[in-house]
Amino acid sequence: MSLVTLARNTGYAFGENRLTLVAAIILALLTLCAIFGPSIAPYDPLLTSATTKLARPSLLHPFGTDALGRDILSRVIVATRLDLGMAVSAVALSFVVGLALGALAGYFGGWTDRIIGRAMDTIMAFPLFVLAMGIVVALGNSVANIIIATMIINLPFYCRFARAEVNVRRELGYVEAARMGGNGPLRVLINHIVPNILPPMMVQASLNMGWAILNAAGLSFIGLGVRPPTPEWGIMVSEGASYIISGEWWAFMFPGAALVLAVFSFNMLGDGLRDLLDPRKRV
Amino acid sequence: MPIAPGCVRLSMGPHPLRRAAQAVAAAMMAGEPLMAFVWKRLLGTIPSLVGVVVLTFFISRALPGDPAAFFAGPAANAASIASIRATLGLDRPLPAQFVSYIADLAHGNLGRSLTTGQPVLTDLLERLPASLELSSFALLFAIGIAIPMGVWAATRINGGVDHACRALVTVSAAFPTFFVGLLFVYIFYFLLGWAPQPLGRLDEIAFSPPPRVTGAYTIDAVIAGDWPVLRAALAQLVLPAISLGLFALAPIARITRAAMLEALSSDFIRTARASGLPVRKILMAYAFRNVLLPVSSVLGMVFSFLIGSNVLIEQVFGWQGVGAYAVAAVIASDYAAVQGFVLMMAVLYVLLNLAVDVFATLVDPRVRFEG
Repeated sequence: MSLVTLARNTGYAFGENRLTLVAAIILALLTLCAIFGPSIAPYDPLLTSATTKLARPSLLHPFGTDALGRDILSRVIVATRLDLGMAVSAVALSFVVGLALGALAGYFGGWTDRIIGRAMDTIMAFPLFVLAMGIVVALGNSVANIIIATMIINLPFYCRFARAEVNVRRELGYVEAARMGGNGPLRVLINHIVPNILPPMMVQASLNMGWAILNAAGLSFIGLGVRPPTPEWGIMVSEGASYIISGEWWAFMFPGAALVLAVFSFNMLGDGLRDLLDPRKRV
Repeated sequence: MPIAPGCVRLSMGPHPLRRAAQAVAAAMMAGEPLMAFVWKRLLGTIPSLVGVVVLTFFISRALPGDPAAFFAGPAANAASIASIRATLGLDRPLPAQFVSYIADLAHGNLGRSLTTGQPVLTDLLERLPASLELSSFALLFAIGIAIPMGVWAATRINGGVDHACRALVTVSAAFPTFFVGLLFVYIFYFLLGWAPQPLGRLDEIAFSPPPRVTGAYTIDAVIAGDWPVLRAALAQLVLPAISLGLFALAPIARITRAAMLEALSSDFIRTARASGLPVRKILMAYAFRNVLLPVSSVLGMVFSFLIGSNVLIEQVFGWQGVGAYAVAAVIASDYAAVQGFVLMMAVLYVLLNLAVDVFATLVDPRVRFEG
């Protein structure tokens, strides 16, 4: 795809669907928060204050303060890096591992396929969130293990997708030609097949990102992974939850809204990306 | 005699469900295909169950992290850790540990919970009805709304219901369940005061739980004929069930809409329309029947979601089910309880998928003839 067509298609995808443009802008802002978070935040996210406990949103604290008097806006901003970081690394890991396993299974077939397929079926035999809980508890309660658990429960989707895509290409003319040219199986796979299945896999990954964020936030909501006082959206919602029945809504609302915004924009962008790469689905 | 694939008769026959039941009965009398399918599917769950047991074993034993050191507590020295490791059997080779793990499972022994001091299985069975009650109401709510919604959306594309359907799908993909649960608590309990305080399954100060028969308060209250308790239990159930059900609703509505659209554009519907059949009959007797199979195929995903999100919703509403138990166990690092929970949910999920598949063959005879 030449740069001109790429630009035209991008323009098309954004022009066709304003929502995609909005999503891209939100995502750009979130990325800025993730990179520069600590320096943008108006206050220290860990700074407690006995005098401003559970203060309503005001000019001084636009999102209010939490039960320990910490500024919620600062915490929401600083948390972006951790939340997006967990999701992005989990998705990237399952992308790479799933692609490798799926490509091997799809190309070699036979026992390789059967063993990998059976392993993926086993993962899918669990309710996925419950499996993630079990994995985090077993591996130890840490952020790294949340990423690993999210990676494992996402793995089957990438693996199956890659397997199917490789399988249909295995006997195509250009692959046959590459084999005839004396390339070994791995070389054919890596140099000739995998580059062709990357674009649809990328679409899968971006559609999957929102789900990965929800999953990681859900795990930290029930007290796994992230430890207080680390700012993270899921744990902030859970901390704010105790004050709902007395009417202090801001402590859970703003981190929750940040989560929704992030997931929503990833989903919209994923849809846009799919339209961009797969013109057939534009209709 | 089984109905030929893809063929729907045009005659003004009996109600589609009754017709389906007749087809099933006929197939059963003809003997083979249905029962053979069910048996094959039953056998097919065995590898899944084996996989589940093996993976749960590896999660609990073969991964880093030393349960013996954990059980011994922070004040333990090397000798006491070693002795605990020996009592737990953790010093034996993995295959031997696996054999004793299987033997324990066969005796229903999931270990003992550190927090409650009871056998994990007892704990789980005591709390399971509460979770099933919540999830079933959520599922009923979801199906009850989603199917009419999807059918309606498909008959009036780009109409109000269709837009609502699409919005719901987008929203439910972006909102965390726990956040929606909390939003509902804020709106319906704090702001509007319609819902009771979101603390558990029954207002225990005003009511006492009905005598335990099934363990589900609503059913037990009906059995005991205790209407005020039934009312109170339902009042507690409404918000959590709706917040859970909303998320199951979206995929079902979407698939119903898509399947209905496809059915409505097919030849036999055109013929039925051309023959001047009433719209109601075309929709319900001809088109709708073709929706049941896709819906049942999406149910597996819905169940996976319901079981997982149940944990979060129970946490939000203080619901004393297996999910809340597991979360408490997670916080206390109560390994046996968490592993028992994971295993039980996985087995439940495998069985639910089996039930869905059997249901699919009942609604659509074609399934039986495919691989």
